[in-house]
Amino acid sequence: MTTIDPTAPPTGTPHPLEVAARRARDVGDALARTGDDHEIEHVWKDKPGFWGFFTTVDHKRLGTRYLYTAFVLFMFAGVQALVMRTQLAQPDEKLVGPQAYNELFTMHGTTMIFLFNTPVFAGFANYLLPLQLGARDLAFPRLNAFSYWIYLFAAAFMYTSFLSGHIPDGGWFAYAPLTEVPYSPGHGMDFWALGVAFVGISTTVGAVNFIVTVFKMRAPGMTLNRIPLFVWSIVAMAFMIVFAVPAITEASLMLAMDRLFHTAFFDPARGGAPLLYQHLFWFWGHPEVYILFLPAVGMMLTTIPVFSRQRLAGYLWAATAMVAIAFISFGVWVHHMFATGLPTGSMGVFSAASLVIAIPSGVLYLCWIATMLQGRVQWTTPMLFSLGFLLIFLMGGITGVMVAVMPFDWQATDSYFVVAHFHYVLNGAVVFPIFAGVYYWAPKITGRLLSERLGRWSFWTMFVSFHVAFFPMHVLGLMGMPRRVYSYHDGFGWGTLNLLSTIGAFVFGLGALLTFVNVAWSRRHGEVAGANPWGADTLEWATSSPPPDHNFTATPLVRSRHPLWDAPPAVLAVGTGDADETRALGRDGALDRSAAVTTGNETEPDGEILVPEPTVLPLVAAAGVATVFVGLLVKATLVGAVGVGVALVGVVWWMWRTEEDFV
Amino acid sequence: MSTADASLPPAFVTQPLPLATEPLRRRARPAAWWGMVLVVTTEAMIFAGLLSSWFYLRATSDQWPIGGLPSPKLWPIWAYSLVLVGSSIPVHLAHRAVPRGRRRAARVWLAVGFVMGAAFLARTAWDFAHAEFPIDRNAYASIFHTTVGLHALHVLAGLLMSAGVQVKLATGRVDRRRHLSVEMFALYWHFVDAVWIAVFASLYLSMH
Repeated sequence: MTTIDPTAPPTGTPHPLEVAARRARDVGDALARTGDDHEIEHVWKDKPGFWGFFTTVDHKRLGTRYLYTAFVLFMFAGVQALVMRTQLAQPDEKLVGPQAYNELFTMHGTTMIFLFNTPVFAGFANYLLPLQLGARDLAFPRLNAFSYWIYLFAAAFMYTSFLSGHIPDGGWFAYAPLTEVPYSPGHGMDFWALGVAFVGISTTVGAVNFIVTVFKMRAPGMTLNRIPLFVWSIVAMAFMIVFAVPAITEASLMLAMDRLFHTAFFDPARGGAPLLYQHLFWFWGHPEVYILFLPAVGMMLTTIPVFSRQRLAGYLWAATAMVAIAFISFGVWVHHMFATGLPTGSMGVFSAASLVIAIPSGVLYLCWIATMLQGRVQWTTPMLFSLGFLLIFLMGGITGVMVAVMPFDWQATDSYFVVAHFHYVLNGAVVFPIFAGVYYWAPKITGRLLSERLGRWSFWTMFVSFHVAFFPMHVLGLMGMPRRVYSYHDGFGWGTLNLLSTIGAFVFGLGALLTFVNVAWSRRHGEVAGANPWGADTLEWATSSPPPDHNFTATPLVRSRHPLWDAPPAVLAVGTGDADETRALGRDGALDRSAAVTTGNETEPDGEILVPEPTVLPLVAAAGVATVFVGLLVKATLVGAVGVGVALVGVVWWMWRTEEDFV
Repeated sequence: MSTADASLPPAFVTQPLPLATEPLRRRARPAAWWGMVLVVTTEAMIFAGLLSSWFYLRATSDQWPIGGLPSPKLWPIWAYSLVLVGSSIPVHLAHRAVPRGRRRAARVWLAVGFVMGAAFLARTAWDFAHAEFPIDRNAYASIFHTTVGLHALHVLAGLLMSAGVQVKLATGRVDRRRHLSVEMFALYWHFVDAVWIAVFASLYLSMH
């Protein structure tokens, strides 16, 4: 009796890319074996134990650390959501009072946006960028470590508010003058304002790292026209961060100054302008949601082609669409301010731009659908989450163009309709891709596949319960339920839908939990992955799982957008003789602890960057910066001064060897 | 031309990469320099935001400066502005001198630039200490002092960088071949000076 493998393609002529995918598995395995080299391992390994933890500059270790930290914060924010949903499940519920409820929705939003969504993509980018580019690390490994420590300290800083009893309660966008001292006494909003500026440092330096890495450290032959689309999405994201984050830094620090030093930026009595806060906040705030959306799109542009066994239809269209979204997103921020009484003519421009931005998103959809139609879809768990994304983002996008239309927005503003919209786009269009990314890349990171069975359970639970939780919110909004209310009376008739939404929310939490259980269980019991379990096309699958510390002994020469799906043989780039430009590409470069640098239209070898030895200096500098923020919070000049001193010592010492490190 | 490398699994060939045959062209700029370009860009956005806020508050106020506060006097700050912006010249000369091996000249120029920048910073500090209004008087006072103050912090950071580069030059860490610190510092310093032109034009010149 022949056994039938349900995951194998139908018999008959195999799809040419299925053949390529199977070959890619073998090529991946073969290339991965070249990395097994004890001499090189010795050069690249971290210091052992405790000290190693604090001194590592390895992008894979730091990336994984980002992911773990982000998911812990995701769980905190999830619990906050479930408490809110419990409070709203029935009319006149007395579980939490208004003060506690305000704190919950503030910290839920703040944690999800600042402390989970943004850093989780930094974590994925950290881990994947060098591998997908054929490089041995990021351009600035110590800056990478600094970026992680700042993130961790900023998250701790914000959550210390729970210990102090002064929890931020002014909403995650913290509009002044509500959040100024007269209406928000206590330290709660100080934690928020300073914490937001604090975590922005991490985001910014991470973006600088990613941009320079992509432009300087691609493998030879990997022209910008050939980089993986996930890398394109990170480039777009990083440029957006460089231009947008200063605005939120300013908004939050101006708020902090108003609160701590009694400045008058947003105090109308002394000539300040509350709307200024909103402009500054949303100038960042809108690009921020695309800063989250684009890497999610990048992940979908990765998984859908791989599991359709089809090269993406319209690579150039997709890359252009992402860049277009990045640009246009800077021109729509006033759509968050439609109800502020600004001149309708000017707001009309922003309304138009908010509609226009749907077009590149539509282009991306066409690329995905065309790819799936032309290929042969394999319904693995990452592909299921990708499908979930396609369906949920479609709905979120539709409600998005609805609220882009001013008259409709004036009815829906501050109602649960808006809450429904942004959860469809942020949860559906960002969190579902993140889960797809977890299932897709966990085998590379840990060496073991996650359980497909548990994955399917997790997906379907999350997908169905997502709609149960969030769809009713559209209806509730149109029925007039305002957002940010801690309770409501029986007579409004909102009870049934709220109860339904709460049930959905709890089941959603359960679904997410299944994935976490899956991750924990698979570390020991998961099927061994091998280098390229999915038969994928990008370079990270040309290393072992997990990759060796140095990623690549010999750097692949890239000749197309889909290196592992090329006709064999795979080509390795080596130099002739001892030329400076090409030394870093091969084994000698790996022994020297160096990473190759390329340049020019043809992406030719141009030299090397020495990857720094593990060092505690990034941690020292981050601790200094943290001390400065603590000093500001408690208004103690001495503490602030000590912090500045420590940070300066850390940074100067670290930068002292600039000439040696960057030839 | 490709050859099979016996030490690798049979799936591979190695491809020797042709090197440039013409004389050594100018190498691409190092990664750290581009890092500084991006840092400068993001800092420029901070000042863009501050100046936008300044103009926004001005546009939405009946009276500017608010509350009848005095407009900033142009003298002597315009003289100090010339000193600051002018300090880009010695910094540029130092930047050019180092790759030519003229270390002594470079150290002199850097010291000159340092003194000029320090003079500007001292005046700014003096102005702040003797300001006619405190930062919390009203929104005009807040945005004025914050913008000038943040710029001054950038000047201070630049002076620290200059000191570091001067020490590196003196101890031989920076020489005609390896001088990335000088390039990064010069870029940062020119940025600080350019920002001052924008700040001076907006906060001082446009008030007269």
